[in-house]
Amino acid sequence: MTVDPMLSSYSDLLFQGTLVVYLLAMAFYAVEYVSARAPGAAEAEQVAEQVAEPAAVAASGGSAGTGTADLGAVSAENADVPPPGNAAREPKARRSRASTFGRMAVSLSVLGVLLHVGSIALRGLAAERWPLGNMYEYTSAVCFAAMVAWLVLLQRSGGRTRGVRRLGVFVLAPVVTLMVLAGTVLYAQAAPVVPALQSYWLVIHVTTVTLATGLFIVPGIASILYLMKRSGRPAGFAAKLPAQETLDRLAYRTTVVAFPMYTFAVICGAIWAEAAWGRFWGWDPKETVAFIAWVVYAAYLHARATAGWRHVGAAWINIVGLAVVIFNLFFVNMVIAGLHSYAGLG
Amino acid sequence: MTTTIPAPPQAPSPNRASRPGALLRNAWRGLTSMRTALVLLFLLALASLPGALLPQRSLNQQLVDQYLADYPRLAPLLDRVGAFEVFGTPWFAAIYLLLMISLVGCLAPRTVEYARAMRQRPVVTPRNLARMPHHAVAVVDGAPAEVLDRVDARLTGWRRTRTDETVSAEKGYLRETGNLVFHVSIVGLLIAMAVGKLFGYEGQVIVLANGSQFCNTSILGYDSFRPGLRVDGTDLAPFCIRVDSFAADYLENGQPKQYRAQLGYQTADQVASGDAATWQDYELSVNHPLRVDGERVYLLNHGYAPRFTVTWPDGQQRTGEIQWQPVDTRTYLSQGATKFERPGITDPAERQRSSIAVTGLFAPTSSGGQVVSSVFPDLLDPEAAVDVMRGDLGLDDGRGQSIFSIDQSKVDSGALVRVARENMVPGQTISLDDGTQIRFDDVSQWVALQVSHDPGQEAVLVFALLMLGGLALSLSVKRRRFWVRVAPDTDGRTRVELGGLARTDRAGYGEEFDRLRADLLDEPPNGGDR
Repeated sequence: MTVDPMLSSYSDLLFQGTLVVYLLAMAFYAVEYVSARAPGAAEAEQVAEQVAEPAAVAASGGSAGTGTADLGAVSAENADVPPPGNAAREPKARRSRASTFGRMAVSLSVLGVLLHVGSIALRGLAAERWPLGNMYEYTSAVCFAAMVAWLVLLQRSGGRTRGVRRLGVFVLAPVVTLMVLAGTVLYAQAAPVVPALQSYWLVIHVTTVTLATGLFIVPGIASILYLMKRSGRPAGFAAKLPAQETLDRLAYRTTVVAFPMYTFAVICGAIWAEAAWGRFWGWDPKETVAFIAWVVYAAYLHARATAGWRHVGAAWINIVGLAVVIFNLFFVNMVIAGLHSYAGLG
Repeated sequence: MTTTIPAPPQAPSPNRASRPGALLRNAWRGLTSMRTALVLLFLLALASLPGALLPQRSLNQQLVDQYLADYPRLAPLLDRVGAFEVFGTPWFAAIYLLLMISLVGCLAPRTVEYARAMRQRPVVTPRNLARMPHHAVAVVDGAPAEVLDRVDARLTGWRRTRTDETVSAEKGYLRETGNLVFHVSIVGLLIAMAVGKLFGYEGQVIVLANGSQFCNTSILGYDSFRPGLRVDGTDLAPFCIRVDSFAADYLENGQPKQYRAQLGYQTADQVASGDAATWQDYELSVNHPLRVDGERVYLLNHGYAPRFTVTWPDGQQRTGEIQWQPVDTRTYLSQGATKFERPGITDPAERQRSSIAVTGLFAPTSSGGQVVSSVFPDLLDPEAAVDVMRGDLGLDDGRGQSIFSIDQSKVDSGALVRVARENMVPGQTISLDDGTQIRFDDVSQWVALQVSHDPGQEAVLVFALLMLGGLALSLSVKRRRFWVRVAPDTDGRTRVELGGLARTDRAGYGEEFDRLRADLLDEPPNGGDR
């Protein structure tokens, strides 16, 4: 089991390229955000609020809402699609410039993700193992997962990307931060891993837990923005955010994908621990914090069905969940000594 | 747990029922409410936190001792509330037991409700479908009855009920199924874990990798043993293990690549049948435990056992080979004490004066030089830096002592004195003042094995997988309703009105409704809302 230094250095080059492309994408998203006008903000919010009244209200677009559980989705869509009259009133040049930057940012994100795949794959080929063996590699993969989640979300919001796309800068900002951290303080040379990690469970457990962690970043950010939008502060900033319902839906929809994946990852970890460490659960610090994160996300899902917790409370819980997951990724790996101390920083 | 009930139902006034009854009922309602469950989940997360941030006895006693020494004022207080064994404390148990009670209290009525809902027909079509969040109207060809037939055929897979002019359909019952399966499985998982803790055990033992054997016959065979509450060690599965050899591969920087121990083993049945000659082979390595008779045998660690032979002036010889303890996990620098009692001496006092211990450090790959240290964990260039002690080892006084060290109090009292200090390589011999020869013969390897027994773990796995399945169902399936009302229009055509309602949070029913609408009304899809 040897390390191919050539492949390894190509992987590092691709990593740097990825970082540069992400930085550019972030800059373009930022330009889009800054130069964009509020998405017909006043009108959209008005529509949302009207629909939220229990009375039946005919909204633009044909369908009407009543005070039901499904309401949020409906009114959110109405908020996303600007009323025709409003679009006409926007200064045309300004709008198209913002959207050009937005589209370029998306293209750059796609390019970045492709480079990122290359970097991760070459790393694995260089070390002749699955490329998730130290903090540098986890962090890189977490960013990759977050970016893929972001692009999938964009894709799935289809023709109505306008409101959602401008959130790009808020996804890219933590991703770029993590990438810089990964490339500097966390960087470790490609190398084989210790015997306990030589198992196909590494592929299953660490990949799923990394993906889930990356996915959790998106709802965490959406919930932070949701709270800002809801409070309306800072005013100029909040006005440009998509409607509350869009942000809330984004947070919930991503969480319900990430949470079962996280559960699966923890179960796989337990199965692996049974084979590697002699017990399936031993309250190792990493296991304990994973348990805490799991309980917090369970609380999030319950809060959404509890009167008085549905909106602000649930969003806060989601943010706490992300904090716990990030804490588990960094603090527990690097500071607390436990069986999961594979950071490769020693 | 109970979903989407805007306000808790009003409790009946205490005057109407007897006060204790009302109190109980209110307490029960409070305990099983969603809000309480939420609070208990928070408490559970919060209570687990010290388990990650503070050292825990179950993981590392030394770190706990260190912490107690470092924070002499704070640590004893933390210790009093059990912060160093969080997951065994009554308050932690109280939280999860309350959560389980709350869960069961919520599940029971919900299961009844679920059973009833499974038999119920979909609700009657509402009078005004235009009030529904999803709504469409169109006039299509065909008589009302024909149109309804077509609707009926399109809605296969939906539970539906038909009248002369309406179809009411509902889908997504699996959501609640998944939800119940998930929550019931949590209870099952907890019970299975409890069974494992009650009836399971873990034992650790060091075996020399030179053909030495270990049999799982009693607790006494182990170096350390952690029994479950209901385990007294009388009915262990008596299988046997023989460790033939151990090999480790390392990278150039000393990082281990692979550990392997070649084993022979006999199952309890083979041992019972008296067939001592048949051994099955197994290569024990990290990630590949030996599973035999419902027990699992793990390779935990390895180390070195230097072999010394002492030859007394009268020609008597004794060979000692016992594990030395690795003190540096990177280089496997080890320390230990190999102890010898002089044979052929009947006078206890004389015997006490002439016992010998070889203590010191052992380096598998020596740095060379005067001060021996280890530079690599593999057995490439072994050297031992030994102190030879002579006198009273304290082996006769009935107190247990560590196999890795000598009794320091005997050294302090002068009963045990150092008679030589030397660096030795295998094959080398040193002579003491009285003519006693001590030869460093060779080095063996040892392996640390763990035998684990957990009768609950298969059930835990099954419940965990059920949980996962239930979770996936309850988060992905949408509970939704669909209504169709037909009325005759002019020219023998039919006016069709559709209504849709998703009953779950942020469900995204729009696309599906739009597809149904396009299908039933022969209209192109409009992209729909989600």
